[in-house]
Amino acid sequence: MSGRLSFYRFSSPAAFYPLAGAIGKVSALIAVVLLAIGLYMSFFVAPTDYKQGEGYRIIFIHVPSAWMSMFIYLVMAFWAGIGLVFNTRLSSMMAQALAPTGAIMTFIALWTGAFWGKPMWGAWWVWDARLTSELILFFLYIGFIALQGSIDDTRRADRAGAVLLLVGVVNIPIIYFSVKWWNTLHQGATVSVTEGSSMSTIMLQAMLIMTFAFWAYSVAVAMYRVRSIILEREKDTRWVSELPEVRR
Amino acid sequence: MFSAFRIIVARDLLLAMRRRSDVLTTLFFFVIVVSLFPLGIGPELNTLRLIAPGVFWVAALLASMLALEKLFFVDYQDGSLEQMLLAPQPLSVLVLGKVLAHWLVTGLPLVLLSPLLGLQYDLSTATIAVMMFTLLIGTPALSLIGAIGAALTLGIRGGGVLVSLLVLPLYIPVLIFGAGAVEAEASGLGGAGHLSMLGAILLLSALAAPLATAAALRISAE
Repeated sequence: MSGRLSFYRFSSPAAFYPLAGAIGKVSALIAVVLLAIGLYMSFFVAPTDYKQGEGYRIIFIHVPSAWMSMFIYLVMAFWAGIGLVFNTRLSSMMAQALAPTGAIMTFIALWTGAFWGKPMWGAWWVWDARLTSELILFFLYIGFIALQGSIDDTRRADRAGAVLLLVGVVNIPIIYFSVKWWNTLHQGATVSVTEGSSMSTIMLQAMLIMTFAFWAYSVAVAMYRVRSIILEREKDTRWVSELPEVRR
Repeated sequence: MFSAFRIIVARDLLLAMRRRSDVLTTLFFFVIVVSLFPLGIGPELNTLRLIAPGVFWVAALLASMLALEKLFFVDYQDGSLEQMLLAPQPLSVLVLGKVLAHWLVTGLPLVLLSPLLGLQYDLSTATIAVMMFTLLIGTPALSLIGAIGAALTLGIRGGGVLVSLLVLPLYIPVLIFGAGAVEAEASGLGGAGHLSMLGAILLLSALAAPLATAAALRISAE
C-alpha cells in the first residue's frame, strides 16, 4: 500500500520535478553512449548492402525516428486520456512536453526518407502509403502544437489538446488504411518499402541500438521539457521559489 | 429529447434563413473554386474530366471548412450556447441537431449544385450521379468531423486558420473515398467499395463526433 502511495506521489508536479531531473540525466547519458555505439556500428561495422550500396545506412536513423514518431503520438494520447479522466495536471504537461519531440521525429523520418528514396527509387518523394500517412501524422502533431499554443488558459489548452489527441488516435488507423487503399487503387508507386527485408544480424543489432538511443533521447528531452513546463506553470508557488536554481 | 432535437434544427434553419448571405457565401465559394481550376490548368476537356472528382471534393472540403466558423460562434457570442450546456437534454443530441441544420444550409446546396458544375467539366450523367451521391453522404461526415474542430477553437484568436490545421488532416479519409468512388465509377471499376467505406465513415462520425464535440464545447465554454 505504501509503495503504491509513493508511486502516485509523483503525479504531483512538485514531487515529479526532481525525479524528472534524475530520469532526464540518466537517459541523456544512455542516449549519448548508445548513439556513439550505434553510429559507430552503423557506419563502420555493418557491412555494405549488396543491393543498395552505402546509401542504405541512412535507415539506421530513418527507421528509429519513424518508429518513435508513431510511438510518441500513442504515448501522448495515453497521457491525454489519463489527464482527461483523472484531471491530473502532470499528464497534460507530459503530453505537451512530448509533442515537439514527436514532430521532430516525424520530420526526421520524412527527411531521411527523402534522402534514402532519391538513390533507391530515383525520386525524393513518392506517394507511397507509408510516406503519405507519415506526412499526415506530421500535420496532426503540428495541429496539436498550434492548438495548445493559441489557447492562453493552460487548463483549457490541456483539455482541448487532449480531446484533439484522442480524436486523432481514433483516426490514425482510418487514415492509414484509407491512404493504403487509395495508393493500391492508383497503382502509382510500385516500389515497396518492405522488399528484401532479410537483414543481416549486425545490421539489425545496429538498428536496435539506434532505436534505444532515440528512445533514451526522447525520454531525456521530454523530461527536461516537462521540467521547464512545470517551472513555468507553477512559478507562483512556494516550492518553486524555494528551489536552489530559481533562488539563485 | 427528440423534440429538443427538432427544435434546435428548426431554430437554426430559421436563423439561417434570416441571414441568407451566409448560406450563399459558402455556396459561391464552392462554385468559384471549382471554376478556377480550368482557368489555371487549361480548358482541355480530357484533363478536366480526369481531375474533376479531385477538384470537386477538395472544393467541398474547403467550403465545408470555411463554413465551420459560424457553427457555434454566434451561439457562443450571444450566450445561447451556455443555455444549451445547461439544458437537461444530452448535449450531444443538441450538437447533432446543430450539425444537421448546418449541413442542410451549407452542405446540401453544394450537393444540389454539383451536377451543374459537373457539366462544365464534361462529366457523363452516370458519373455526375455518383458524384452527387458521394457528396450527399460525404459532406455530412465533413460537417460532423469539422464540428469537433469548431468546438475546440471556439473563441480563440486566429481560430479560423487553426481550425483548418486541425480538421483538414481528419478530412483525408473522406476525400480519398469520396473522390475515389467517382474515379472508380468513371473508369468502369465500380465504386461500390468506396461508397460503403464512405457510408461507414458517415455512421462512425455520426456516432462518435457529437460526443467529442460535446466534450470540446464543455471545455471551451468553461
